[in-house]
Amino acid sequence: MQGKTILGMATAAATFGFAVTAMAADTIKVGVLHSLSGTMAISETTLKDTVLMLVEEQNKKGGVLGKKLEAVVVDPASDWPLFAEKARELLEVHKVDVVFGNWTSVSRKSVLPVIEELNGLLFYPVQYEGEESSKNVFYTGAAPNQQAIPAVDYLMDQGIQRWVLAGTDYVYPRTTNKILESYLKTKGVAAEDIMINYTPFGHSDWQTIVSDIKSFGAAGKKTAVVSTINGDANVPFYKELGNQGIKAEDIPVVAFSVGEEELSGIDTAPLVGHLAAWNYFMSADAEVNEDFIAKWHAFIKDEKRVTNDPMEAHYIGFNMWVKAVEKSGTTDVDTVRSAMYGITYPNLTGGVAVMNTNHHLTKPVLIGEIQSDGQFETVWQTPGGVIGDAWTDFLPDSARIVADWTAPITCGNFNIDTGKCSGQNY
Amino acid sequence: MNFIRTFLAGLLVVLAAAMATPAPVSAGELEDRVKALDAKNFAGKGKAIEALEALADPAALPVLRAMQEGLLFREKATKRIVIGVKAARSFEIFDALSGEALGVVKKRKLKKISVNNRLRGRLRLAIGALALTSGDAAARSSAAKALVKDADPTILPALDRALAREQEVEVAAVMGVARAAIQAKGGEKSARLAAISALEGVLDREVMVVLGTLSQAANEPDAEIRALATETLAATEASGRYYGMLETLFFGVSLGSVLLLAAIGLAITFGVMGVINMAHGEMIMLGAYTTYVIQQVFPGAIEYSLAIAVPVAFLVSGAVGVVLERSVIRFLYGRPLETLLATFGISLVLQQAVRSIFSPLNRSVITPDWMSGALEVNAALSLTYNRLTIIIFTFVLLLMIAALLRYSSFGLRMRAVTQNRAMASAMGIRTNWVDALTFGFGSGIAGIAGVALSQLTNVGPNLGQQYIVDSFMVVVFGGVGNIWGTTLGAMTLGIANKVMEPWSGAVLGKILILVFIILFIQKRPSGMFALKGRAAEN
Repeated sequence: MQGKTILGMATAAATFGFAVTAMAADTIKVGVLHSLSGTMAISETTLKDTVLMLVEEQNKKGGVLGKKLEAVVVDPASDWPLFAEKARELLEVHKVDVVFGNWTSVSRKSVLPVIEELNGLLFYPVQYEGEESSKNVFYTGAAPNQQAIPAVDYLMDQGIQRWVLAGTDYVYPRTTNKILESYLKTKGVAAEDIMINYTPFGHSDWQTIVSDIKSFGAAGKKTAVVSTINGDANVPFYKELGNQGIKAEDIPVVAFSVGEEELSGIDTAPLVGHLAAWNYFMSADAEVNEDFIAKWHAFIKDEKRVTNDPMEAHYIGFNMWVKAVEKSGTTDVDTVRSAMYGITYPNLTGGVAVMNTNHHLTKPVLIGEIQSDGQFETVWQTPGGVIGDAWTDFLPDSARIVADWTAPITCGNFNIDTGKCSGQNY
Repeated sequence: MNFIRTFLAGLLVVLAAAMATPAPVSAGELEDRVKALDAKNFAGKGKAIEALEALADPAALPVLRAMQEGLLFREKATKRIVIGVKAARSFEIFDALSGEALGVVKKRKLKKISVNNRLRGRLRLAIGALALTSGDAAARSSAAKALVKDADPTILPALDRALAREQEVEVAAVMGVARAAIQAKGGEKSARLAAISALEGVLDREVMVVLGTLSQAANEPDAEIRALATETLAATEASGRYYGMLETLFFGVSLGSVLLLAAIGLAITFGVMGVINMAHGEMIMLGAYTTYVIQQVFPGAIEYSLAIAVPVAFLVSGAVGVVLERSVIRFLYGRPLETLLATFGISLVLQQAVRSIFSPLNRSVITPDWMSGALEVNAALSLTYNRLTIIIFTFVLLLMIAALLRYSSFGLRMRAVTQNRAMASAMGIRTNWVDALTFGFGSGIAGIAGVALSQLTNVGPNLGQQYIVDSFMVVVFGGVGNIWGTTLGAMTLGIANKVMEPWSGAVLGKILILVFIILFIQKRPSGMFALKGRAAEN
């Protein structure tokens, strides 16, 4: 009796975890590679739910190519090497046709060799440092020229002359700050007007740094902080800013990793006026957006949940993939990949996103100010879409490299001086 | 609700002031200029604010204040400019100028008149200029302060008039500084030079910004003024240096007290009992979540929530600790490796449990008003209230624990059991229960630490992990089994960290501290204060 129960439970677990294998022939499998436990669970669980919602939606419309979609969810547990193993499991064991996943750059780098070896297809939804274009990855988040550079331009326009580049100590902030530093210097900002500061992950004691920023900003030139501080460390940082009396009118902070989701864990009253640069804000005034929010609330059964930029990236990526599959009539990776180029889909801010041949999107850039209700008020936006640039123009080495996955170049790192691809795959 | 009351009171003051003004501006003109605030772009809004300010009519004050706080709306149907106060899911609206209540409307019936940072600064200035004649001394003082950085010399006549009328000495002093700062910015050269000299020694940050601006060649063509401004700024900074050192010391003591809070429970479970409890951080986390739950259960009592949370968190974490000791740890006494692994496993279980119950997202714990902001000792030195409260709280807690261990019978039994278990047992002490209670006590203290830490950092499933390494570091460094050693260890590490941080950076600073501790432990394996006597020999 007991044995049977356990067997039953195991079957049930298998059904929930990986869905039933018997149905596999009639379904198209969509892999979801987001951490559901560990440090990154805070951000990535939401994205898992987003993909599940999109799959459910698509199935209501009759699926794709007459087949139902089936989501296969695995948990890489915020463990970077485990991402590679789980990606292999998705592709080899579950034979998924596409993967939506990853958040941190280091996890993406860990997955890359696997996804290229097995010729999979990955949609990566988070803003990142660029300097990469893999044949098997579509980058639906922002490249630096779709987030960091416009934000700095906006602040310069507001009369900012002194810059604090504050970040968490890992690859994304380091690369972004390197790009920004050289960009600022080309704009004539002197070296002594740039202060760069790195802190460990989860840093919680910001007293000294905030006090330094305060005195750096008291030198008579208008100062701003460009923050690539990651996730958790932001709450104590903003709290300390508020407590030491730094107002957004005096020293505004523009953040690239703080969205609606992160703000939902903070009392935002002291943060009003600080900025963030994204390609999407929940407050975007567009009908598609209102529909999306309504669907999200209905799916997650919680009216208080917010939407954010990486969710929009998944929304665009998923729908583009569906369109590409329908256009090519198959889920074969190479065919779908070629069909992706030039595909358009309405984004949630009222415009249209385009997938380019360098595997990056054309999207608008929005600058928003934090409001007391935890939402952003758009104060500036690019007139049209900005084409994502895989290799930045502001680092001497990268400026000569382009990515284009169509003939005649057909590679992700083509050097226009030597006329060759570097040979590395990504 | 409270807001409305203050707001209406403010309106009355303004109305009274308006009546006192000899030649009130025609109501129609005021209304037109208020309407103009709803311009299409931010530049247009800026112009409208200037136009409104030029009327110098205090009746515009509530409108400007509402705009600054993002409460000014246009009612879509009637195109009226209204002030909206959020009430549940809709807005209670009032006429912007008359303050007349216009009922409750849905959010989508209103279009917010949005502002950006530049406008917010502009509004602060306009409000400052209008509020100089306010009836409230504090309002006049903050109005003068608001003028220091951004106002240009055109405001001087109004400021002079306010200064001449001012009765309060302190407010007059603030106005005097503001006057000098504004005068320094432009006008006749000799007056500017005199004004700059007058600003020497004024430790106000905004005044220093003004001086800094004047010392830059890009902003100031006159070399003589630049030189004087640079000199004055240097002199002011020199007199502020002493306060800078005091500030660093405060930061150090504050970091030290956070470390102490996190480590003090561990000093009991690890230090006194010798249990390597990797789940200690999760006890802290439970305390922080208790605070969150209390705030959810009593949403009306945010101001007292921390006071309620302290005993409750002690009980919750303490109870979990007792259960842990009875069900797992007591079977593993004397086997440190197994204890380490088992408690590490438990810590993961507790984290995932919290993740399942409360979701993996961080929870927002509200900071009570009395813990927000800073105590301004003077313009150069301000101590933030939350840090100050935590320093005091830590030391009170420390004294209570020390007294309990020293003077209570529970403390006596505890010390007896840890020093000589067999003898204590022979004397009739139920050593099993003393073990469980001691472990529960240590865990409960960790819970209390969690209440305090919920004010400083994120309340999320990973909260405990951030503090576990630091806690062990402090206990080992201070000397295992000695609460005073733990205290001194925490303070030493905190202050050393903060003194080093400005020149080494936060990342390198942490590494240096770790290297230092490793070297120190090589020299003195039992920490700063080693236990002497029989207990130490095991």
